[in-house]
Amino acid sequence: MESLTFRHATTKALPGAAPHAITGVVASGNLEILLERVLPPDACEVAVETPIAGYGAVWAAVVADFVARVQPGGLRISINDGGARPDTVSLRLLQGARLMER
Amino acid sequence: MADWHSEARLRDERIAAGRVLADGKVVPAGAAVDLLEAILRPGDRVCLEGDNQKQADCLARALAACDPARVHDLHMVQSGIVLPEHLDVFETGIAKRLDYSYSGPQGGRIAKMLYGGQIQLGAVHTYLELFARYFVDLTPHVALIAGVSADREGNLYTGPNTEDTPTVVEATAFKNGVVVAQVNAIVDRVPRVDIPGDRIDFVVAADKPFYVEPLFTRDPAAMTETQILIAMMAIKGIYAEYGVRRLNHGIGFGTAAIELLLPTYGERLGLKGKIATHWALNPHPTLIPAIESGWVSQVHCFGSEVGMDRYIRARPDVFFTGRDGSLRSNRAFCQTAGLYACDLFIGATLQIDLAGHSSTVTRDRVAGFGGAPNMGSDPHGRRHPSDTWMKAGHEAQGTGDPMLMRGRKLVVQLVETFGDKLVPTFVERLDALELARRTGLELAPVMIYGDDVTHIVTEEGIANLLLCRDADEREQAIRGVAGYTEVGRGRDRAKVEALRARGVIRRPEDLGIEPLDADRALLAAKSIKDLVHWSGGLYEPPAKFRNW
Repeated sequence: MESLTFRHATTKALPGAAPHAITGVVASGNLEILLERVLPPDACEVAVETPIAGYGAVWAAVVADFVARVQPGGLRISINDGGARPDTVSLRLLQGARLMER
Repeated sequence: MADWHSEARLRDERIAAGRVLADGKVVPAGAAVDLLEAILRPGDRVCLEGDNQKQADCLARALAACDPARVHDLHMVQSGIVLPEHLDVFETGIAKRLDYSYSGPQGGRIAKMLYGGQIQLGAVHTYLELFARYFVDLTPHVALIAGVSADREGNLYTGPNTEDTPTVVEATAFKNGVVVAQVNAIVDRVPRVDIPGDRIDFVVAADKPFYVEPLFTRDPAAMTETQILIAMMAIKGIYAEYGVRRLNHGIGFGTAAIELLLPTYGERLGLKGKIATHWALNPHPTLIPAIESGWVSQVHCFGSEVGMDRYIRARPDVFFTGRDGSLRSNRAFCQTAGLYACDLFIGATLQIDLAGHSSTVTRDRVAGFGGAPNMGSDPHGRRHPSDTWMKAGHEAQGTGDPMLMRGRKLVVQLVETFGDKLVPTFVERLDALELARRTGLELAPVMIYGDDVTHIVTEEGIANLLLCRDADEREQAIRGVAGYTEVGRGRDRAKVEALRARGVIRRPEDLGIEPLDADRALLAAKSIKDLVHWSGGLYEPPAKFRNW
């Protein structure tokens, strides 16, 4: 098990009013994401719990790209990973952000 | 005086030796080993029929059981290395040399035997290329083939899985070779004559029906959202963009997802009748919803697919069928159709390098190619235009007299950036090069050369290689869709953004594709059972796909 935390500054808050959302499932090759609107509007924090150690650089790249693309200001995102591939993580993050914009 | 009949005399000797064991042409399964020992000579070129679908398995077992003191050093020239017996013969010395095309399930073992020097490999071919060589320099002395039934004259019914048989028989029977057919049953009258009896020398009544692999059945239940996203991009960014009507699909989950999105996502985009109407394709169960929704005009097949026979019989407007009502497949003709009459080939691969070369060879597996290198190539002999072909040609060339610009076939690689167990699809150097070096091959087994590939689609986007003007642009376009692989993370971000501004790279958002829509709810069928319902109960899936 490895725990990783990434903190980013954003240029704006994520639009929408949903206070929290959850998407995905904890299954092999998949992941569960909890998104909460609890941080200042120019901050985003992503906490990852993954069973597979040694992929910190890839997680950092996936999270950085997500933040640059979506500007999810105000969100604390908790990832419960089941060994998902980076593309699945990226897709799930985008889906989670979309749910929060509703 | 010149002797013009030496081959015919040798053939007469082989036939005479075999006749001793036969009642007319018919040989019981128990005498199959004796028959092969009687007709084979050391060093013979032998085609043991078997491809990615049907297998002359009774004759394969008989060949593997031959006495290596009598039958040895054979040169096997066959489409598929699929059954354990296909490799057993190289361990016992019965066979020595090999020219083949496809080796899916035996990929791991064949790699070990190649590295160990137990097999002298000529080349890994594409099907049509190997068939072509049957008529030039790899003509079989003996062909061991499979049919459904035969009469006592040897008239053969190959049924829905006709596949390679007519080609193999043509090359062997008309060049002084001997043809042995295993059949599931000897009958008084065959349902239709697929191969005339005077081309068949011996008929072996097999101990059990020949094996057919359900290779083209993809369970919709296993389709992922990433595959659905990739399929949406292919439909909107390529099929709609180029108006692709005539096409071939590979066997992967990505292309199966496209088939299942036609009646839903394709319908929503208003594309019915404008794309995907004419196919060179095996009867994929996942195409059933599109057929039932009226998308598909016609389909010509390389082979059949387990469980699809009743459905095909009920849809003769769509499929090619015989007077008996069942499918007539033909691999050589369908490969030719895929080469010359289709405007798009789309398939998956295991590795793609920075120039766009792709291969299914990895360090410990040699899976072979099947038809992909043929259908995934731009045929320079093509002379008829189509809107799709012309548009692609114009994108590739940019300048020149339009009347002298040839078109281009669309050759699309549809891949996820990571395969099983986080193995990256994008690599700096293909493992095929290492295989060639270690086994002394002059040519690395590349499935599709980079200069034939027009588009690469991944979950990150579409790279249009037609619009790349030099090797550096090409490399950055490939890196730009390679996701979080090392190749992808090694991109020059500024160059990738410049390519995106020119439309060389297109992201899902550039195509107006919403990530939330990449949902399994979009699949026209979500399970094998749904496919059975779509077919009105006519599709009969094999047991391993039944989970209800």
